[in-house]
Amino acid sequence: MSLKSKHDCHLPLFCPDRNRRAPLQMTRYSLLSLARNALSGQRHWRPVWRDAPPREGYDIVIIGGGGHGLATAYYLARVHGITRVAVLEKGWIGGGNAGRNTTIIRSNYMLPGNEPFYEWSMKLWEGLEQELNYNAMVSQRGVLNLCHSDAQRDAYARRGNAMRLHGADAELLDVDGVRRLAPFLDFENARFPILGGIHQPRGGTARHDAVVWGYARGASDRGVDIVQNCEVRGFLTDSAGAVVGVETSRGPIRAGKVAMAVAGNSSRVAAMADLRLPIESHVLQAFVSEALKPVIPGVITFGAGHFYISQSDKGGLVFGGDIDGYNSYAQRGNMPVVEDVCEGGMAIMPMIGRARLLRSWGGIADMTMDGSPIIDRSGIAGLYVNAGWCYGGFKATPASGWCFAHLLATDTPHETAADYRLDRFRTGHLIDEKGQGAQPNLH
Amino acid sequence: MRINCPYCGERDAQEFVYRGDAGPKRPDDEDGFFDYVYLRSNPAGPIAEHWYHAQGCRTWIAVRRDTVSHAMLGSAFARDDGA
Repeated sequence: MSLKSKHDCHLPLFCPDRNRRAPLQMTRYSLLSLARNALSGQRHWRPVWRDAPPREGYDIVIIGGGGHGLATAYYLARVHGITRVAVLEKGWIGGGNAGRNTTIIRSNYMLPGNEPFYEWSMKLWEGLEQELNYNAMVSQRGVLNLCHSDAQRDAYARRGNAMRLHGADAELLDVDGVRRLAPFLDFENARFPILGGIHQPRGGTARHDAVVWGYARGASDRGVDIVQNCEVRGFLTDSAGAVVGVETSRGPIRAGKVAMAVAGNSSRVAAMADLRLPIESHVLQAFVSEALKPVIPGVITFGAGHFYISQSDKGGLVFGGDIDGYNSYAQRGNMPVVEDVCEGGMAIMPMIGRARLLRSWGGIADMTMDGSPIIDRSGIAGLYVNAGWCYGGFKATPASGWCFAHLLATDTPHETAADYRLDRFRTGHLIDEKGQGAQPNLH
Repeated sequence: MRINCPYCGERDAQEFVYRGDAGPKRPDDEDGFFDYVYLRSNPAGPIAEHWYHAQGCRTWIAVRRDTVSHAMLGSAFARDDGA
């Protein structure tokens, strides 16, 4: 109960007097603070971050108050001591893709440009709650990818070896191994029999909103201004063409450096600086069922179609599949993919056919031309780009923030993100996990 | 979404395969290839794009569609559109 109150207390609706309570003193959460508030009727929880009005200028302005933008601000302050930082959010923090993902964390990539980065992210997830003193409900319940052919098993063995060589954990399971983890699967499916799988026990899920709020609290407490309802409408440039600030719906804000973390809308923001990106925006749908008793032990993915599922702590089955496949900014998809996702689910676990769908929604993903992200300078002085997270941005949140902060603070790429260059498409150093080529809707 | 095929009439979008933005034109020389292959305007609003009517007349269609509302704004054979 106390946990719920803690979360609720920074929703603006519940805190009409937030702006009058400045400066904010961060309360450290502990067993003692929980007990004290429980005994006083949960009436004394305080807002945990400041909803700040924008100042005239900052050292660094971050566009986008999602997980990546807030994590960037947090690590700028905590690791690099840069606190004259603003995070500008056009709506409310965590109201975009941070609130629309399926909360899975994993580091099961194969290519050298990707795996060290995602494993760094996994390590940051593992220490996140202690680091932030905030319950992000990180749950390492395991990620299981099923295989349905000999070729797929070979590919998984190769991927698992690549993961282990990069220090991640992976185990190749035979059909008995899968049966022990998930006996309810349809092993004898005539078209897609389950032959085994690859399991990453350290993978799992985290509470998406709590990640946003935890980073916001940590950043705000260190002096970062979180400015909501502040939409960027253009860039301020000097006579040499360098970006020196942003024009916003709440007036101009000057900045030493401007950092974009607006995945889903990267092309629109970049266009204000006359920059074209190797990105298309696509809609990815997600679904949740009514709450059920615990039934799905971890994250399970279907390897023959595209379907992934986990169960939230509230009991809902959270699942999804492919992107719809056409350019979209609509934040909603169409029926054919709903049907395709449900067919994928029914093919591996027919038992979910009895569960009723509670709701579905869509998020807009920056699909890049090679399926991998971009953390780099933009080519325009003063403007930095964090973009192209495709449909895998949530798991990357801690490392994305860490590496983007490193780039902004030192003007050199972090070692785990050094390959996420914007110019790799020109030079041919693509990071194409699926080998699909320059066709964003197939990644 | 339903797409108006100039040959078959209005059909469910599921019958079509999406190719993407019809804007980029194959350049005559090597210099333009990076832009052609990799860079996209990715507009929020009307876009011209290529769809292939795979489960119908098997012709390439040039469709104008709004990426924010998914509203269909018009369609023509890709060959007539010059796209």
